[in-house]
Amino acid sequence: MAELREIELPDAGARIAQAEELQDLHGEKMVLNMGPSHPATHGVLRIVLELDGEIITKATPEIGYLHRGDEKIAENMTFTQFIPYTDRLDYLAPLANNVAYVMAVEKLMGISQQVPPRCQFIRVICAELARVSSHLLGLGSYAMDVGAMTVFLHTFTEREKIYNLCESLTGARFTTSYTRIGGLARDLPPGWTDQLRKFCNEVVVDLDETETLLTRNRIFVDRTQGVGVISGEEAIDYGLSGPNLRGSGIEHDLRKAQPYLVYDQLEFEVPVGTAGDCYDRYLLRIEEMRQSVRLLHQCLDKLPGGPVNVPDGKIVLPPKDRVLTKMEELIHHFINVTQGVNAPAGEIYFGHENPKGELGFYINSKGGGTPYRLKIRSPSFVNLSILPKLLPGHMVSDVVAILGSFDFVMGECDR
Amino acid sequence: MEKSGLISLLTLTPVTALELAQSLKAKFSDVVSDPAEFRGELTLKISDAERLPGICAVAKKDLGFDYLVDITSIDNYGDDPRFTLVYHLYGYGHGRYLRLKADVSEEKGEAPTVTGVWRTADWHEREIYDMMGVRFRGHPDLRRIIMWPGYPYYPLRKDFPLAGRQSDAPEVAFSEPAPLAGGPFVTIAGGKDTISREPRVRIPETDAIEMNARVERRQDLKGARGQAHGPGPIDKGRKGAG
Repeated sequence: MAELREIELPDAGARIAQAEELQDLHGEKMVLNMGPSHPATHGVLRIVLELDGEIITKATPEIGYLHRGDEKIAENMTFTQFIPYTDRLDYLAPLANNVAYVMAVEKLMGISQQVPPRCQFIRVICAELARVSSHLLGLGSYAMDVGAMTVFLHTFTEREKIYNLCESLTGARFTTSYTRIGGLARDLPPGWTDQLRKFCNEVVVDLDETETLLTRNRIFVDRTQGVGVISGEEAIDYGLSGPNLRGSGIEHDLRKAQPYLVYDQLEFEVPVGTAGDCYDRYLLRIEEMRQSVRLLHQCLDKLPGGPVNVPDGKIVLPPKDRVLTKMEELIHHFINVTQGVNAPAGEIYFGHENPKGELGFYINSKGGGTPYRLKIRSPSFVNLSILPKLLPGHMVSDVVAILGSFDFVMGECDR
Repeated sequence: MEKSGLISLLTLTPVTALELAQSLKAKFSDVVSDPAEFRGELTLKISDAERLPGICAVAKKDLGFDYLVDITSIDNYGDDPRFTLVYHLYGYGHGRYLRLKADVSEEKGEAPTVTGVWRTADWHEREIYDMMGVRFRGHPDLRRIIMWPGYPYYPLRKDFPLAGRQSDAPEVAFSEPAPLAGGPFVTIAGGKDTISREPRVRIPETDAIEMNARVERRQDLKGARGQAHGPGPIDKGRKGAG
C-alpha cells in the first residue's frame, strides 16, 4: 500500500535565506582530533580540539594509550625487581628515574644516610647526565616541531655521545637499570671520567651553536614568544613542576629546596623565567643544561674513592667471590634474591627533581620485600593537566609550539 | 605580587612541619588526629572524609600549603573501611610537606572533591576514580582517564588479578592468555616471594588447574577466531618441570 507523505515546498524567499545560512559558517564549531600518533604529540597523546575557524575553543586531552599498569605490577614483585620498570617511565632519562626510585626505597628503609659518598656523587652524575640528555631531545624535537630541523641533528649528535657513555657505564644505551637499593650495579668503568669530561667540554660548544640557530631566530621567536603564557599562580594551582613551573617565575627546585644526595655541597644556579611563555621555557632548558654541565664538572673534581655500596649483605648483594666461598654471604644472596630486602612497615614520599619535573614515589609498605602500594607521581601527567585551560584561545599551529615547550613523555604520564 | 610578598615573609620566619601540622590539628581537633611521624614525614589522619575540602582550604589559605603534590588511594582489601585517600601537600613558601589521610568505606565509595581548592586535583581524582573506583562528589568532569570509557573494572583494587579479567563485553574489555602463559619458563606473579613463584617449585596440581582453565579459554577463542596458540592441556598427575 502506498504511503502518503506531505512535502512542504518552501517559497523562493525562504529557500534563499536557508542557502545563505548554510554558506555563512561563522560560529559553527569544528572538532579536530590531534593524535594519538601525531609527530608533535611526542608519543601517544590525543587531544580533541574544538575549533572556531583556526582558534581553539576547547581542548580535551585523552591519555592512557601507553598504560602498562606499572603500579599494579609493582605490588606483585620485590623492590629490586621493579628497578627495570622505572627505566620505562620517562624513557628519555632512565638514569634519573633509577636514582629517584632507589632513593625512595632507601628512605623507606632508613638507610639514606648510609649510602657511601662515592655512590652519592655517581648518582648526581647520573641524574645530571640524564637531565642533559632529556633536555637535548626535548629541545631538538621542540625546534623541529616549529620548523627548525637543523637543531635536531645537532642535539642528536650530542645525545649519541651520552648514549655511548651510558653504554660503557651500564651496559645498555636505553634501559639502564643502573642503581641498586643501597648502591649501584657497578662502579665507574676505567677511563669513564675522562670520557665524561671530554663530553662536558664538547656539549657546551654545541649548545652555543644551537643557541645561535634559535635564540635570535625571527621565526622561532615569533612562534614562541607570548604563546602559551602561564602565570605563576596558575602554575602552582595546576601543580606544574620542573622547567614548566620555573618558566613562570617560581623559583623552586627540589635540589635546592629539599637537598638530597650531595647537591648541598655543589654550586649551581636555578634559572627562572619571567614571562612564562614557550620562549622562556626554551631559554630555561638551555640554561639548565649549562648548569648540569657545571655540576658534572664539580662532581668529577670532587669524586671521592671508596666503595659504592652499603656494606650490608641484607640490603645489597654481597660480592660474587664471597658468595661462592662464604656461607653467610651465600645466605644473604639467596634471601636477597628470593625475598627481597626487608623493608619496615610504613609509608614515605620521596620527590626527585627529574628533567621533566618532580618525580615522586609514594610507597606504602606493610613490611617485607614487596610494596603494598606504590604510587608514581609523574611530572608529565600533572603538567599536561593544564592543557584544557591553556590551549583555548590559541591557534592550531600554537598547539605544536606549546606541546614542544612542555617537553612531556607519555611513558611516565600513562605509567 | 601580593602572593610573592607573602612567600618571602614565610621564608624569613621558618616554621617546622610539626608546627604546621599542630596548628591544623588545633583548628579541626574534632576530626584531625595527632601527627604521626615516620622518616621525618608527618601524617594527619582525618576521621571524616566529608570534612576534607574545608580542612584543605584552611591548609592552603592559612598555613601556606599552596601546592598539592599528589592524591592517591590505597585499597585495604579485607579491612573496613576499605579505601584510604592520601593527600600530599607542599608549601612553596615554607618548603614543608604534609600528608593527610582519610578513609572511605566501600559501601559509600565517595568523597567530596578538592578541585575547588587546588585545580591540579582534577586529574588526580579522575585517576583514583578510574583505578580504584572511589567517586568524588562535585568533581567537574569525573570520567575515566587512563582506561577507556565503559571499561567495567577498577584495576588497582586488590581483588583485580594482575593477569586481567574477562568481561561480558569482549569489544570493550578483553584479556587473553599471553603466548607463553602457563609455559614452563614463566613465573606466576603475585606470589609471596620468588620461591613460590619459581616454575621449578610450582605445585603440579594447582598448576594443572590453572593451565587447563587457560586452555579452556583458548578453546573459546579458537571457536571465535578459528585459531589458537600455546601448549595443550596437561594431566593432573604430571610432575612439574623440575
